[in-house]
Amino acid sequence: MEKRVVFRSAWLPYALVAPQIAITLVFFFWPAVQAVWYSFQLQDAFGLKSQFVGLQNYAALFKDGNYLESFKVTALFSALVAFFGLAISLLLATMADRVLRGAMAYKTLLIWPYAVAPAVAGVLWAFLFAPSIGIVTYVLKGWGINWNWILDGDQAMLLIVIASVWKEISYNFLFFLAGLQSIPKSLIEAAAIDGAGPLRRFWTIVFPLLSPTTFFLLVVNCVYAFFDTFGVIDATTQGGPAQATNILVYKVYHDGVKAADLGGSSAQSVILMFIVIALTVAQFRFVERKVQY
Amino acid sequence: MVENRPWLTVISHGVLILGVLAVAFPLYITFVASTLTLEQIMQVPMQLTPGDKLIENFSQVLSGGSTTGSKAAASSMLVNSLVMALAIPLGKMAISVISAFAIVYFRFPLRMFFFWMIFITLMLPVEVRIIPTYKVVADLGMLNTYAGLTVPLIASATATFLFRQFFMTIPDELAEAARVDGASPMRFFWDVLIPLSKTTMAALFVIQFIYGWNQYLWPLLITTDESMYTTVIGIKRMIVGSDSANEWNLIMATAILAMLPPALVVMLMQKWFVKGLVETEK
Repeated sequence: MEKRVVFRSAWLPYALVAPQIAITLVFFFWPAVQAVWYSFQLQDAFGLKSQFVGLQNYAALFKDGNYLESFKVTALFSALVAFFGLAISLLLATMADRVLRGAMAYKTLLIWPYAVAPAVAGVLWAFLFAPSIGIVTYVLKGWGINWNWILDGDQAMLLIVIASVWKEISYNFLFFLAGLQSIPKSLIEAAAIDGAGPLRRFWTIVFPLLSPTTFFLLVVNCVYAFFDTFGVIDATTQGGPAQATNILVYKVYHDGVKAADLGGSSAQSVILMFIVIALTVAQFRFVERKVQY
Repeated sequence: MVENRPWLTVISHGVLILGVLAVAFPLYITFVASTLTLEQIMQVPMQLTPGDKLIENFSQVLSGGSTTGSKAAASSMLVNSLVMALAIPLGKMAISVISAFAIVYFRFPLRMFFFWMIFITLMLPVEVRIIPTYKVVADLGMLNTYAGLTVPLIASATATFLFRQFFMTIPDELAEAARVDGASPMRFFWDVLIPLSKTTMAALFVIQFIYGWNQYLWPLLITTDESMYTTVIGIKRMIVGSDSANEWNLIMATAILAMLPPALVVMLMQKWFVKGLVETEK
């Protein structure tokens, strides 16, 4: 797509793109190049000397059991967040699409968690599930469940999944609702006349037609679980107990900022960049397909 | 509605009400906790009806923060959050709208090169280049400043794309007419493009306001001085130890303060919010 009518000026367009390009160069490209550069270097403990070590940092990472474990934790965490986030919001959106009365009120009451910062969502749920004073902990104890996410890795994972899903439902809900409303009513009516019940109609017509939205949300939710949940984790488990919730992004931060391992952390950053690039490409390939739909 | 199935309608309402309750439950508990004394919260189980310490708790956090954790006053943290939440969308829009204008309405060498440079930033979120970016900001002497908090976050490919896409839909005749009438490019920009872009800007503003207000990792790195904490960081800094050592009543009061402004923006500007969400993510 190109404009037919354009303006002419020798200097103006450069002046107009200059601010954005300047910020992009200083705060995006320069740091990214540095991350790649650091990832090939080994620094001594005081940061005084550094030495070029080639791919040694990467090799060390892939030999490091903690790093491989972190991959597994990230995969499990993203899968749980994406699955429950999508399933719950699809259920709610399908119901909201059906009801006539109060649809607007339901929508308003369901979308506000989008406004809650991930870190704040983490604090709220950590309070509800606090091992000694939490109200949910108390109820669980009544059912004979001993709840302590500070000691139990599985429970810690469950906590960050709940907090992350809770925050993401509103976003998925809005997209599913928009997707459902764009499905032609005539298709549903035709199926109803042919005698298909509501469940059958959902699985054979609505769900397949919704698949572009679902795929898009799947990618977005993975990106969310990979990066935006940093706040949830830092405010609650901080990667613990015993690395049970140490997702890749948290590990980059922890190794780089808290443990001051510049080379190792930078190598992790570079690997993460490749993951983001893969996810972004997946997202854009999908956008092209959606145009036909 | 294709057919009338009363029982299904009842189920639908039931599921939706359950959903609303599940979504609202943490908020309600937060609100109750912010109206109690610390002793009342420590009593297991905590009472589920609001107490009478609402005003005490809120005035305490607004003026002096917590007593065991961070002593940063919530009032100054709210100001910092507001600066971030306003500077990021406004800065983003300012630099994106002019660069989109240049890319759409001019032909110049390196045009596509600049376009791709902006595009690639999509793939470099701050989370993957934490330490080098921190170093750049530290070298520029921008730690603990508003500039350090906001400037690195205002470059954005999404906003540029949104404006570019919108400019592409504007009929060529408008630019042609402007040229025939002898208007300069900037005149066309101010008198035609900007007024037409108002809707897009409003939608973008709502989304970016929330983005700016809820920033966490970046201010966590950049602010070490209590006077520069944003509200979200302040909450985290009030949590100092195991769950019984924290002043949860004050933490929860601050959490309410942190949630209120963006939640109000979402609910009151729902139309722009939904539009912004659906359009910026395409």
